[in-house]
Amino acid sequence: MSKQKAPLIYISKRKDLPWYGAWGIRGGAIILALVVCAVVTTLLTGENPLGVYAKMLEGAFGTPRKIWVLLQNTAILLCVSLALTPAFRMRFWNIGGEGQILVGGLAAAACMILLGDKLPNALLICVMTIASIAAGALWGFIPAVCKAKWNTNETLFTLMMNYVAIQLVAFFVIVWEVPKGAGKIGIINQSTESGWLPQLFGQKYLLNIIIVAILTVLVYIYLNYTKHGYEISVVGESERTARYVGIKVDRVIIRTMILSGALCGIAGLLLVGGTDHTITTTVADGRGFTAVMVAWLAKFNPPAMIFASFLLAFLDRGAGEISTAFGLNHSFSDILTGLILFFIIGSEFFISYRISFRKHASSALPAAQPPLINPSEKNGKEE
Amino acid sequence: MFDFVSFIPRAVVQGVPLLYGSTGETITEKSGNLNLGIPGVMYVGGISGVIGAFLYEQSTMGELNSFLAVAIPLAASLLGSLLMGLLYCLLTVTLRSNQNVTGLAMTTFGVGFGNFFGGSLIKLTGAEVPSIALSATSRVFSRALPFAEGWGWVGKVFFSYGFLAYLAVALALAASFVLQRTRVGLYLRAVGESPSTADSVGINVSGYKYFATCIGSMIAGLGGLYYVMDYACGVWSNDAFGDRGWLAIALVIFTLWRPNVGIFASILFGGLYILYLFIPTGTFLAFKELYKMLPYVVTIIVLVITSMRNRREDQSPAALGISYFREER
Repeated sequence: MSKQKAPLIYISKRKDLPWYGAWGIRGGAIILALVVCAVVTTLLTGENPLGVYAKMLEGAFGTPRKIWVLLQNTAILLCVSLALTPAFRMRFWNIGGEGQILVGGLAAAACMILLGDKLPNALLICVMTIASIAAGALWGFIPAVCKAKWNTNETLFTLMMNYVAIQLVAFFVIVWEVPKGAGKIGIINQSTESGWLPQLFGQKYLLNIIIVAILTVLVYIYLNYTKHGYEISVVGESERTARYVGIKVDRVIIRTMILSGALCGIAGLLLVGGTDHTITTTVADGRGFTAVMVAWLAKFNPPAMIFASFLLAFLDRGAGEISTAFGLNHSFSDILTGLILFFIIGSEFFISYRISFRKHASSALPAAQPPLINPSEKNGKEE
Repeated sequence: MFDFVSFIPRAVVQGVPLLYGSTGETITEKSGNLNLGIPGVMYVGGISGVIGAFLYEQSTMGELNSFLAVAIPLAASLLGSLLMGLLYCLLTVTLRSNQNVTGLAMTTFGVGFGNFFGGSLIKLTGAEVPSIALSATSRVFSRALPFAEGWGWVGKVFFSYGFLAYLAVALALAASFVLQRTRVGLYLRAVGESPSTADSVGINVSGYKYFATCIGSMIAGLGGLYYVMDYACGVWSNDAFGDRGWLAIALVIFTLWRPNVGIFASILFGGLYILYLFIPTGTFLAFKELYKMLPYVVTIIVLVITSMRNRREDQSPAALGISYFREER
């Protein structure tokens, strides 16, 4: 045998895979992941796997209330993902969604507590909205300025800002705790309901869902049909090109991060003013991180994000139900979510790349003949 | 008078898990892999050690052989975190996924894994309190040097820790030496700075990335083990490890990717982390929460200042966070 053997596996970039192909692969990965999850659950509980799936569906869609909760979780997750998307399109890794949500929520809570009995409700809600947006925007603005001016690593900066926000919330929770020494605020303005976002048609979650639906359309238009959106894409593709064509990169970075933080602030407002009516350090519940995965799974494309966030919200609710039903501890849902994410993350490779195996005949080629440009290889086996 | 003799040992025991985490993460980042799964890895390292110790304690019913009581949890912990490291490499190096997304998914998974098995073990023991106590194993782990008692404050400040604390310092020094002074370290830094250049001179880029990430994960996992077995006296309770994993990542930036600096920096961070216990706040308890913000604020300041000064040797590895595809260069 000659030493210059053709490698066993070739990896080459795919030309554009049709959308059904890509979603087929992703669907396959999800199915595979669900099979693995069922096997794991069966091993741990001894239940029949079909029963496990039934429980998952029941947990997500079992009662009208569960469906509403599922939709609400989807909406908030979608809102955060939408918020992160403009930054990600610019290749600015904003993983500070958690902190931006928290300060947004904190601003809303502060208005509810401090101005609750001083302003008429409609005005209060306006003030809350402005405060939340401003707080979130500020949390996005700080890392953006440093990135624009000194090229500070934004992944690490935004990550640290999360914990600053968490401690800030922890501080104010103790300042405003009710009763003293309880370590929590409890429901704010329970009797007057001032600052609570209005309920549409008696449904607590409907307003949130509608607001997020509108935001989805707006973000989609902003990213795809406006000058700003175009500039973001150019900066993301190549900063040098952007400079060359006269885009002020610094300004785009700062502007986009303000937008990103502001949208996270809205998510905080919806959580505090719309559903929870209280603030804790866990009000964001890891959504700032989950949303990174949602946005990435959807390839930073808002319509696809609806499905991705629905999928993750569904998994969370379903896995939560499994853990309750089979007496497992609730962290089981994190394990299942993690497993499913690994499969989806792994499957992206098979969407972007084609794998061709060496054919037996070509391995026997003489060494002088470079095997790489053998056209028959291109149609090799695919996976 | 500020009580340094009791403050420093507590800062050190707080710092050791951070030191493990940051040494591991520094090695990983030097290869260009930004492993945001470190918090998860540390949870897995901790719980794997707990599972090992638990099974061993159950099998012997009391009498522990000191060597096995250390070796089994240690091996279990290393194995658990090695698997996490392999998983990260499989996804980011072989399957070329986005590192941030993979890391965050690993943190979700790892924290869930720790809390799930922790919870299940708690259930198995049928304890009243939501925690498992492995005090026998812990006693072996936290056994201090015998002469520490007799040496007054010197003994207390320098010699009162379990062996894992000294191992952390040794590993940090070794990591510094390897990174700065050896060929392996040079190649590793080359891979992290410019994988395509490294590849063109025949360095096995994927091999180095796998190697560094797995070693890094195993070291970080030991931080979880130290936390449970020594700091927490063998008591595992869910979520107790908290956000120390993220603090370890902060420490990597703070030390500017230098494990030897990490030894002092981790003690400083440990001190900042518990400073609120030592500062008199009077009746206004809320300020304690602001003190807990200090490590993160300090990290941000360091991050900004280093980027402002823009000295080349202080920067993160140039290819940090970017997966390498030979075909795309």
